[in-house]
Amino acid sequence: MDLTLIAQGLLSGVLFGGVYSLMAVGLTLIFGVMRIVNFAHGDMMVWGMYLAWLLATRLGLDPTLGFALAAGALFVLGVLVQRGLVDRVRDAPHEMQILLLLGVGLVLENVALVAFGPEPQRAPSSLSRVTLWLGPVFIDMARLVAFTVAVALTVGLWLFLRRTDLGRTMRATADNPYGALVVGTDVRRVYAMAFGIGAACVGAAGALVAPILPFSPSAGLPASVTSFNIVIIGGMGSLPGAFAGGLIVSVAESLGALFLSPSMKELVSFGLLILILLLRPAGLFGRRA
Amino acid sequence: MRPGTLFLGAAAIVALLILPAVLSSYAVTVFIFIFFYGYLGQAWNVLGGYAGQLSAGHAAFVGVGGYATTLLSMHWGLSPWIGMVIGGLLAAALGAVIGGLGFRFGLRGFYFVLLTVAFAEVCRIITLNTEAMGGALGLYITFTGNPWQLQFQDNRAYYYLALALMLFATGVVAVVERSRLGAYLVAIREDEDAAEALGVDTFRYKLCAIVLSAFLTGLGGAFYANYLFSLQPNAVFGIPLSVDIIIRPVIGGAGTLLGPLLGSFILSPLAEIARIYFSRPGWSGIHLVVYGVLLIGTVLFLPQGAYPQLRRAWERRRAGDA
Repeated sequence: MDLTLIAQGLLSGVLFGGVYSLMAVGLTLIFGVMRIVNFAHGDMMVWGMYLAWLLATRLGLDPTLGFALAAGALFVLGVLVQRGLVDRVRDAPHEMQILLLLGVGLVLENVALVAFGPEPQRAPSSLSRVTLWLGPVFIDMARLVAFTVAVALTVGLWLFLRRTDLGRTMRATADNPYGALVVGTDVRRVYAMAFGIGAACVGAAGALVAPILPFSPSAGLPASVTSFNIVIIGGMGSLPGAFAGGLIVSVAESLGALFLSPSMKELVSFGLLILILLLRPAGLFGRRA
Repeated sequence: MRPGTLFLGAAAIVALLILPAVLSSYAVTVFIFIFFYGYLGQAWNVLGGYAGQLSAGHAAFVGVGGYATTLLSMHWGLSPWIGMVIGGLLAAALGAVIGGLGFRFGLRGFYFVLLTVAFAEVCRIITLNTEAMGGALGLYITFTGNPWQLQFQDNRAYYYLALALMLFATGVVAVVERSRLGAYLVAIREDEDAAEALGVDTFRYKLCAIVLSAFLTGLGGAFYANYLFSLQPNAVFGIPLSVDIIIRPVIGGAGTLLGPLLGSFILSPLAEIARIYFSRPGWSGIHLVVYGVLLIGTVLFLPQGAYPQLRRAWERRRAGDA
């Protein structure tokens, strides 16, 4: 196999991995704080994509900037879903939480289907056709921007959790919700913020890939499944795990597409997932539960 | 079982047996879907309802059963009546692999859910990329109308077959429910650690549940293939079919004998009506929005499903009469 091809595959894998990481960071934050898996995660991402597309086609706002608005809208959606629905099943069995969020996902996906139709769309961006040559390999500008923004957001979130009062409260609640309640934390507010921020992350991720890959309302489920894979591989609830997991899965898929066939690339990430589930269910960076 | 209940059940079965005589061909089709999804829901109920192990990858067993039956019939001329059992056994073997790995390594809750999804997706992707299995185009079955090929000229034959499947699965679940296995499964669902502490071999019984559930679902795959005459990897192995399988028992009442059937009687006609009324371009997602809202509403307001609620209302009325 040609070395240039492999280098190119690695590079595009890493660049796209930033978006994967951001998706997974959102999921892992929600899980880490609330112990709830957001089965509507990918469908929230789809709304991020469509919002970026609407902003780009209707208002001419490039997704490079539009992602911030999409993230804001998804933050609101996340808070509403948490306050209105998830909060009521916080103490219910896992199955009920999963089914509830599956329901939310079905609604989100199919409202998008009714509103935008099944045809694949792609958000126009001025960066779409710009490429940068680094010797024999090229860098797609849209991917580079998506990667940079995704990494910046992840680092920002990490700093937020470490350095701010709200972030520390979130981590405290994640570690011991009862203890946090005892010392007077408004746990419901923390949960709403966590769900909102998690949704904002995946919304931003959606807006960032909107100019790179064509999407349709049905893109949500595969995106959810990919996010789950990444988070389990990295370790549920671990932010560095989600970040590293995103890069690992993306590079593995990219090389898988190269060595197997493009349509087989998902097989690689499922293979990784099954291996991790069996050998180290806590994930690469996770603590054993 | 009280004689009254027995009588009611027998009357319902007789009514369903003579119903095709007065139904239009289209109504017969609707009933076929009610029975078929009732059957699949009942098969899922063994694992997801009684044992409390939520599988979101049951489509994998439908796919394995359907593909095995169809490929055996296409290449070796094996009658689907026999192929069906082989397909069921292969699905059971897949169930044993998933359960063996998942339960051996102590995967619970969300991790188990994901393992089932992962296996279903792996099956889908492999089928999609295997030319010998029809690849992305899928398999098409030519219609011969030969009953030995599990094909019938008359829609009503499918009606009786689907009804038989549904009653068969319900009978199996009734036996399981009254058996020691059923009691163990419920104990595992309610508190796995406590069951284990009392000496229940949780691994073994969970494995029994997934193998039985997968076998029944695999048989359903053969019916699917020979009723719809085509198999598409995305349709039979896809997550949407798994959701279709789960949603009926959950809404009807998972872990109850009649819940999956009630769920199918509620949802399958609804899905059909929605499909007809919203098939105009631009409206194709509406029935799934309705599904989603129903699912959310059930979780929030009827977490045990419709059947236990109905039963309680019925018993209150009886108590009021007495």
